Amino acid sequence: MTTTANKLKGIHLPKTTPPAAAAFVSGARAIVPVLFALLPFGLAFGATATGNGFSPIESLGMSVFVAAGAAQLAAVQLISGGASVAVVVVTVLVINLRFMLYGASLAPHFRSLPLWWKSLLSYHLTDQAYAATITRFDAGETEEPDKRWYYLGTGLAIWTTWQVATMMGVFLGAWVSEGWSLDFVLPLVFIALVVPAVKDRTTGIAALAAGVASVFATALPLNLGLIGAALIGVLAVLATETLTGRSKR
Amino acid sequence: MSTPTLWLTILGAGAVTFALRFSFVLLLGRVGIPSFLERALRYVPAAVLTAVVIPLLFYAEGALDLSLDNGRLVAGVVAALICWRTRSVPLTLIGGMATLWTLQAVGIGA
Repeated sequence: MTTTANKLKGIHLPKTTPPAAAAFVSGARAIVPVLFALLPFGLAFGATATGNGFSPIESLGMSVFVAAGAAQLAAVQLISGGASVAVVVVTVLVINLRFMLYGASLAPHFRSLPLWWKSLLSYHLTDQAYAATITRFDAGETEEPDKRWYYLGTGLAIWTTWQVATMMGVFLGAWVSEGWSLDFVLPLVFIALVVPAVKDRTTGIAALAAGVASVFATALPLNLGLIGAALIGVLAVLATETLTGRSKR
Repeated sequence: MSTPTLWLTILGAGAVTFALRFSFVLLLGRVGIPSFLERALRYVPAAVLTAVVIPLLFYAEGALDLSLDNGRLVAGVVAALICWRTRSVPLTLIGGMATLWTLQAVGIGA
């Protein structure tokens, strides 16, 4: 006897591909264009660390344990400038504060997961992984149990690229990216990710307020401007909603 | 910095970074999400991603530059339009880079 559920399964997926693997692969595949943007950034980090006297294993160690480009670059500069352990750690903490915001934003999607899944996915939380998955998850385009696999596919593809790019930077230097302005791929990636996130009037207000605030907030040190501007964007919508009343939603 | 101190720094930086990544995923999984926060979180992606992008374009050369001489700003606007019309990441990247290279070839922007 074939149940209706089995029939539906047979229609949607070939029997050889488990849904988890399919979700993992589509998560990894969706991030491929972003990986090209990550390469020059990783190369720059590897080359900078080596140039400042880091051994290959120390450079790779930082990419594995910290796994956050901007903070890693800042840490290398500070360490080579003779900063203390505390100064470096606090600077990394402040630069990476935005991860708390990303974590809060993704938390509803990871809520039902066991603790080890939560910690595994949290380790893979980066600007790129967040940006590439949140719009999709918030729109309900991927549902559990595929969500965790989709996110893991995205995260692992980013992680692998970051480590490989770090090693390439260590051994090849940053000459590859010179002259072609390839660092511009990074802003372009974020443009490609923000445009779909602005999908109606309220998200438009959030983006506009945050964008305007970010122009002025860049004067703040240590990436604090990013968090400040993002919070202003969110508060601006909440204020607008309160002032105009919920009925207009 | 000696080798053991350097490793202590790397591990310390890694530990605080993981703590930041994990904190809200863990906390909001335990206590549940207050409704005002849930409402606010809906706007975080649009706000935070815009706040990442705008300074990278407006401050391309280190100082605020809103003129047409700012090649990265022009190329970024072109890329945003391409993305809005096509919703394609590869086309956005190709269009943005092609615009920047073209502008550089005719002597606009760095």
